[in-house]
Amino acid sequence: MRKLSDVDKGLKGKKSSGAVGQSIKHESAEMHVTGKAVYTDDKLESLGQLHAAVGMATIASGHITAIDLSAVRAAQGVVAVITLDDIVGHTDIGPVFPGDPILTKDVVEFYGQAIFAVAATSHELAKQAVALAKIDYQETTPVLTIEQALKAKSFVRPPHSMKRGDSASAIEQAKHQLSGQIAIGGQEHFYLEGQIASVIPTEDGGMTVYSSSQHPAEVQKLVAEVLGIPFNRVVVDMKRMGGGFGGKETQAAGWSCLAAVLANKTQKAVKLRLNRSDDMMMTGKRHPFENHYQVGFNGQGVIEGIDLTVNGNCGYSPDLSDAIVDRAMFHADNGYYLDHVSITGNRCKTNTASNTAFRGFGGPQGMMIIECVMDDIAYSLGLDPLAVRKANLYGTDTRNITPYHQQVEHNNLAEMITKLELSSRYAERCQEIDDFNASSKFLKKGISLTPVKFGISFTAQHLNQAGALINIYTDGSVDVTHGGTEMGQGLHTKIAQIVAQVFGIAVDNVKVSATRTDKVPNASPTAASSGTDLNGKAAQNAAQTIKQRLIDFAVEHFAVDSDDISFSDDAIDAGQHKLSFVELVQKAYFARVSLSSTGFYRTPKIYYDRENAQGRPFFYFAMGASVSEVLIDTLTGEYKLLQTDILHDVGDSLNPAIDIGQIEGGYIQGVGWLTTEELHWNDKGRLLTTGPATYKIPAISDAPKVFNVELLKDSPNREATIYHSKAVGEPPFMLAISVWSALRAAIANAVPVQDRVKGVIPSLDTPATPERVLKAVQLINAQQGIATDE
Amino acid sequence: MSENKIQFLLNNERKVIENCDPNMTVLNYLREELSRKGTKEGCASGDCGACTAVLAEVVQSANSQTTEHLSYQSINTCITFLSALHGKQLVTVEDLQQGNKLHSVQQAMVDCHGSQCGFCTPGFVMSLFSLKKNLAQAKFSDATDNSPDVDLDKDIEHGLAGNLCRCTGYRSITEAAKQACNNDDVDQFEHEQAATIAQLKLIAQQQDTVELHNNGKSLYLPYTLDKLAQLVEQYPKAKLLAGGTDLALSVTQGMAQIQTMISMSNVRELAQINQTAKTLSIGAMVSYQQSHQLLSQYYPEFGQMLYRLGSTQVRNSGTLGGNVGNASPIGDTPPVLIALGARLVLRKGERTREISVEDYFVDYKVTQLESGEFIERIEIPKANSNKHLKVFKISKRLDDDISTVLACFYIKFTNKKVAEITIAFGGMAGIPKRAFACEQALMGREPSEQNIAVAMTALAKDFSPMSDVRASSEYRLQVAKNLVRKCFYELEQTHAATRIETFEVDTLDVRGVTHA
Repeated sequence: MRKLSDVDKGLKGKKSSGAVGQSIKHESAEMHVTGKAVYTDDKLESLGQLHAAVGMATIASGHITAIDLSAVRAAQGVVAVITLDDIVGHTDIGPVFPGDPILTKDVVEFYGQAIFAVAATSHELAKQAVALAKIDYQETTPVLTIEQALKAKSFVRPPHSMKRGDSASAIEQAKHQLSGQIAIGGQEHFYLEGQIASVIPTEDGGMTVYSSSQHPAEVQKLVAEVLGIPFNRVVVDMKRMGGGFGGKETQAAGWSCLAAVLANKTQKAVKLRLNRSDDMMMTGKRHPFENHYQVGFNGQGVIEGIDLTVNGNCGYSPDLSDAIVDRAMFHADNGYYLDHVSITGNRCKTNTASNTAFRGFGGPQGMMIIECVMDDIAYSLGLDPLAVRKANLYGTDTRNITPYHQQVEHNNLAEMITKLELSSRYAERCQEIDDFNASSKFLKKGISLTPVKFGISFTAQHLNQAGALINIYTDGSVDVTHGGTEMGQGLHTKIAQIVAQVFGIAVDNVKVSATRTDKVPNASPTAASSGTDLNGKAAQNAAQTIKQRLIDFAVEHFAVDSDDISFSDDAIDAGQHKLSFVELVQKAYFARVSLSSTGFYRTPKIYYDRENAQGRPFFYFAMGASVSEVLIDTLTGEYKLLQTDILHDVGDSLNPAIDIGQIEGGYIQGVGWLTTEELHWNDKGRLLTTGPATYKIPAISDAPKVFNVELLKDSPNREATIYHSKAVGEPPFMLAISVWSALRAAIANAVPVQDRVKGVIPSLDTPATPERVLKAVQLINAQQGIATDE
Repeated sequence: MSENKIQFLLNNERKVIENCDPNMTVLNYLREELSRKGTKEGCASGDCGACTAVLAEVVQSANSQTTEHLSYQSINTCITFLSALHGKQLVTVEDLQQGNKLHSVQQAMVDCHGSQCGFCTPGFVMSLFSLKKNLAQAKFSDATDNSPDVDLDKDIEHGLAGNLCRCTGYRSITEAAKQACNNDDVDQFEHEQAATIAQLKLIAQQQDTVELHNNGKSLYLPYTLDKLAQLVEQYPKAKLLAGGTDLALSVTQGMAQIQTMISMSNVRELAQINQTAKTLSIGAMVSYQQSHQLLSQYYPEFGQMLYRLGSTQVRNSGTLGGNVGNASPIGDTPPVLIALGARLVLRKGERTREISVEDYFVDYKVTQLESGEFIERIEIPKANSNKHLKVFKISKRLDDDISTVLACFYIKFTNKKVAEITIAFGGMAGIPKRAFACEQALMGREPSEQNIAVAMTALAKDFSPMSDVRASSEYRLQVAKNLVRKCFYELEQTHAATRIETFEVDTLDVRGVTHA
């Protein structure tokens, strides 16, 4: 560069806007509201771009006996058709363990499994062509339920256990014993933007891939392996997703691979977008679980010994299920100290789509069993469920070892619960609810407070690393790329704030570019709530490297001490000298100082010995608590969430508005999981709820009218995380468990006080649809001898 | 005479479509033909709202200050065929920003952090735009009323219930909606209203049937009832298109291609509501939204239920006529129409005949409609002050969900005894159907606990409902029974809170969102 751009030499003296801790808007907010934000399907299409569609199996279990694709090949607009025989490289795209064939030509393991793919001149023609395939099968009886899988010992991975103490004798010696179970339904991600990949062949036999993926590095790897080419020939570019929630962690890759094979064959750009119903049928969901407990406890409801079994329905292949069921086990304690405990996790194999990551990653299903135990103990003893919960909380100095032998440090749950009880007027409202219930014949209210303790870190240790690349240009503008992906969670906004903070510049001067595998290599998936913790640290590291170079330059140039140099308000003070950030950058450029740096981070302290189920898998815990109040109609089972109060600990918030958005959104998504979101398969294993007409995620009127969300104040993360913040993506999801617990309370309240028999427990599997709630009301009335019918 | 083009305004630009597949949806036209990528496909079934755009049309003003104004209606473009655009102004998310200035609804969404992943956001913005326009128009039409909108919360829920967001949990969007609707700014659409109306009237001068032929597929858009009758008789296998909220699904979900389509959307006679002393006569092209006010006035519970039928987008397009015409066993209005004793006017060629809604349904998706015949209007008796109408809609989700069970009771008491009673259910059989045994059990009796119990039991004689994705047979029957009890409880305890959907929350505890 011969001449640099002119700069305004006058120092504006304005405050750096948008630094860490401020509620600045999402970096794409204005593009979102104007429709200018470009998603993968919105990209300008290349000349001659083709559109792909996938042909799927229409049985859940069996063998393909004949495939006749002649009508497909002859259909209008069809340019290419591929089957397994067209794959020259790897044919298995399992992310951790094998088991996910990119296409199948023999064994069919679920209804919706991909058999062939078509490229045609339009999306509609590709879809129409796919429907013309003639495929014959020999069907076998599918395994569809956890019960069937357990009976047949049908597992995708071996069972695993963790234990501390002697649970069997502790249970036996306890004053009270109880056993029970709960079935927990799965959940469709329902990202508003469905799965999509758009692939363009490059001059050197490689591929440029635009994929709506939380894990571009894995898409790069799999596309290269499927094509049989080096990884460096494949570039994956990911600007933004229209929602991910875990559903695009592993299961976005297959569509990129298929599109790449078609693009390679035709040497044309190929886009593969799944229609909503295909997406729902072909991709995995949150694992349904069936969990069991056997518990011994004292007269105050304090647990003395407990055996827990969590059985996850993994679908047909391992995918991430080993880690997901592990995380369910890691969270089967939630915030409670379990003295003498054993936890077993089974990974059940069924003939359904391969269940996968979904916000919480098994944690929510694990937590459900212990929250079920808390409620059940309380009902059996006739105690207040909150009192039982409080009596069982982890201690600070004693009673603080988890079932996997990690010490719970910096535990502030008890204090948070006390604060929330006060701010939500919990005690008064319990009384008001009793008064209401006494005077209302058919509508009954219930309330519950539940805590959340969620472990932060990937339990696969090597994933806890991140990279970033920062370039500063000679006009002072900063470009950041990091390994994380933006799916709406505000990661890029926080990263820009972090970089702006390091340089003391306005956040508007920092742009976070699309995630690209050729800029930051080998990145971990954006998952496990770790996006900001990992990539924020890596970006900070890169920024600090450049900043140190600028400081070193200034020390020499201005002959000042490095302690006398400070960066703030878009300016640099260097002893007597004051100059704008861009002036310093330009001076540094002329002095031949590198204005580009990578950054790297790996999480300290963590280790885990899985064989012995001992270690410190989590760097720290994220904490929260919620109170939910519900109203049920005991004649119809319908219900309404009336009020929610949340107190959540995000440490020192990087951006309170974004964190609150995560808390509210996570909570409501959790409410959907536990209430109206019901997946329904027929007895042949075909998913029937394949669109929003039948699969009901929360709508605006399902959010509570009174929705109070508070961030715990003055609570910096005691671990050295990025600006002492805490991860926020997943933990709030589990705050919704208070809704399920409040529904149980309302069901219990359906029995008039004078008729209640101590020890009757209102059971409620999830999703707690109106049908399940009505059934529970009928059951509890029947158990207490009250006729509901006729 | 016929014209071979669809004409409309794309914002301010006059567009003429002469050669296109009549099966093309507005969404695909926007994204693929015009490269307007701001409007998104989320589901292609009209259930998520990501594809929401707004249609404006010229309507006569109730207010004397102006003679006509533009009425703005949000639609799901993914299930709207191109023919619906004819004679209207189409406004998409790209049209709202002026220069660098965001529209107030867009600014509110930014200010309140109402977007996260942003994919549903254009749809929310457009629903919000339409909501704001309609609230402003309502305020203008009722200029004497200066009181603040006390029902703003409800209006926002109704206005946005057809837009799904998977990220935010909605609190921020609700706040944005409040900010936007409380802002009395004048936007470019208001400034340009007269010019827009003039342009739309130019298109409306053309009164010949519009015909579109493409690759063997045909669309007819007649302007008169007579012409419509003639076309339906001439093409008895044609699909008759009203709002299209159901028919379009066969194309977008069922991958079907409709060969011949006859749209009723330009037939003025069918867009009218007429009243006589005893009857409300609703044309087959009148949307749910357009009939809502009148039906609410006579039958508040019917109106209340209509607000839970589909979403605002669906109610803006869908019609009572279509709801009856497609003969779905889970249509929400047929049980009510049956209970009220409504009648259909059927037209074939020059002949009309009347039939009760009850008799219209024969079997699952089988009706009394003859080949070449269509529903011209629905005649609903006006309310009888001695009779009570009770309507219950049971669904998994409160808003924008198909009924699991819909129950309707129309009752007259004499001396505390049931003197007249009609009970009709949806979702309990292959067709919307009367519960004769249940009615019989109550007729002439006092609604005592014991008599109600007998009537509940009698329902098992009326129905053996099916199990499906929405609910089991057992649940349907149990709820149907319980609704009999609930109906009489509500009639007796008129002030008791009995429904979760209208339950008023004590907002004593509102603190909202707090942080450093």
